[in-house]
Amino acid sequence: MTVTPFQICGGRKHGARQRGIMKGIGWKLVVLAIAGSIAPALAWDGGDSRVRNCTWCHGTGGQGYTVAPRLAGQRSQYIESQIRSFREHTRDNPFSKQYMWGAVAALAPQDARDLAAYFASIPAKPADDGDRGLAARGRTIYLEGIPEANVASCYACHGPNAEGVRDIPRLGGLAYVYLKTRLEQWGQGYHSGVGTPMPIVARSLGPAEVEALASYLSFVR
Amino acid sequence: MFRSPVRRRILLRSTAGLGRALQALMLVLAFSVACHAEDGGVASRGSLEAKLEYCKTCHGLSGQGYRGYFPMPRLAGQQPQYLENQLRAFIERRRTNPIMANVAHVLSPSMVSALAAHFKSLDPKPIGGAPRGSLAVGKRIYEEGIPEANVPACSACHGTDGRGQNEIPRLAGQLYDYTVGQLGGWAKVRGQGSAVDTSAIMAPTAHNLSRSQVEAVAAYVGYLQ
Ligand code: HEC
Ligand code: HEC
Ligand code: HEC
Ligand code: HEC
Repeated sequence: MTVTPFQICGGRKHGARQRGIMKGIGWKLVVLAIAGSIAPALAWDGGDSRVRNCTWCHGTGGQGYTVAPRLAGQRSQYIESQIRSFREHTRDNPFSKQYMWGAVAALAPQDARDLAAYFASIPAKPADDGDRGLAARGRTIYLEGIPEANVASCYACHGPNAEGVRDIPRLGGLAYVYLKTRLEQWGQGYHSGVGTPMPIVARSLGPAEVEALASYLSFVR
Repeated sequence: MFRSPVRRRILLRSTAGLGRALQALMLVLAFSVACHAEDGGVASRGSLEAKLEYCKTCHGLSGQGYRGYFPMPRLAGQQPQYLENQLRAFIERRRTNPIMANVAHVLSPSMVSALAAHFKSLDPKPIGGAPRGSLAVGKRIYEEGIPEANVPACSACHGTDGRGQNEIPRLAGQLYDYTVGQLGGWAKVRGQGSAVDTSAIMAPTAHNLSRSQVEAVAAYVGYLQ
């Protein structure tokens, strides 16, 4: 897993090194972010520094980059809910702590809403990086659950095409490693919101189910 | 049914009697479709608890209901007999929702009974969220029916407090989207196949309600505690 850019761009302690990196690979990302932005024109569009503050980790056009997930096409209500969770330190896994707590600490509520609407409006590209051999099994679990093992059907909440609804996230086309890590972390006791059903869902899944689901979902467009 | 004004008044005055008469009919119907299979004793405590946690993943952590891609109805405070009937309706595909059909077909008869009994004692607040614009219209339909459209008062069967009894479900605190979906599509989602079941009691009422009347009454019951 390529985490190098993140180890450098992360914690606020590394401010100086962060600025250094911005001059190097960071600039390339920023330029790409501006050029690659295909979302409808907002007054502050891809050229806005608020968007750059996010895309320089989340990748060109918010399509995801290594451990920073794709934001393009995500539900705006979900993006806002997670920004709140990062700010309130409810979403508490190591990467969230290291990268996102700082990234949203000074974000005004109106900016959070604007950024959420902006990323939601960008068409999402699927990561296509799971194991194709496991996708069929993953699809069955996604649609039907495993009733005899108390695994809930994901379809009931995330929709027939994993597109999400309201503050329930789109899962289709997210990166395999990100999906797998999220599902594992709920099982390990990390949180991402208050009173959400996902910790129970994730505890019911074994490693084989997690791999099958993450594989299937990475291909959904 | 409500052709002459005189008969209409009599029927309206005696809605409680109407309720009782229909209830008797319902019991007969219920028994005709409820063929218990024998299974190996009562569900074990551990397996019951694991199953309940699973139900609550979708139906809300206190059984209060949850809005997913599908609305998942409130089960808290629901009548055990009604729940048992519905779980059997899913198993026998008289109710068509694919998600609950999958959930229910693996449940043994003793597990069905144990699950159905559990929710009665739960009493979380309604999750709310229904539009408030026509609550007064909804209340009138609920308490008085719509005689000119052959719609009886819901309270006659579901109770003035909306808590139901036996085979008649609690409506109080039910999710608005769920109630609208059921009443709007009754003939397609309930009582499928050739066997006549308890859903037949509601079929004419659901049929005679217009979309806006369904929305008004669904919003009203959604706020009942
Ligand atoms: C320093 C790198 C970095 C920056 C800058 C950054 N992010 Fe993130 N972001 C991450 C990482 C890494 C994760 C994954 C956290 C995890 O694994 O739980 C993440 C996760 C998220 C998530 C959760 C997505 C999901 O699907 O659950 C949202 C929403 C988000 N970031 C929004 C933003 C916004 C908005 C900005 C700009 C204000 C921003 N991020 C800036 C690295 C960053
Ligand atoms: C009862 C509703 C419900 C069911 C069933 C459900 N989910 Fe979720 N899921 C949610 C909600 C709500 C969230 C967002 C809140 C949170 O992060 O806990 C979420 C978040 C997620 C995320 C995080 C996405 C991101 O961008 O970080 C993943 C991955 C996920 N669910 C996978 C699944 C899988 C796989 C299943 C089926 C095995 C499933 N979910 C079943 C409601 C549900
Ligand atoms: C994957 C999500 C999911 C799980 C898990 C689930 N349900 Fe459901 N349930 C639903 C949905 C969706 C409906 C609405 C069905 C419809 O529209 O006809 C429903 C409807 C019901 C109904 C009908 C309620 C009414 O008012 O008529 C009952 C009873 C029920 N479920 C019981 C259970 C029980 C008991 C369990 C646990 C064994 C359970 N459910 C697990 C999603 C779920
Ligand atoms: C004659 C008695 C009777 C009257 C009057 C009546 N209902 Fe019902 N209702 C029932 C029965 C019995 C059921 C259970 C049907 C089944 O088993 O499928 C039911 C079910 C329902 C359901 C489905 C609940 C769920 O959880 O899925 C709704 C909604 C409902 N009724 C609304 C109404 C409304 C609104 C009115 C008034 C306009 C009304 N009912 C009048 C007997 C009645």
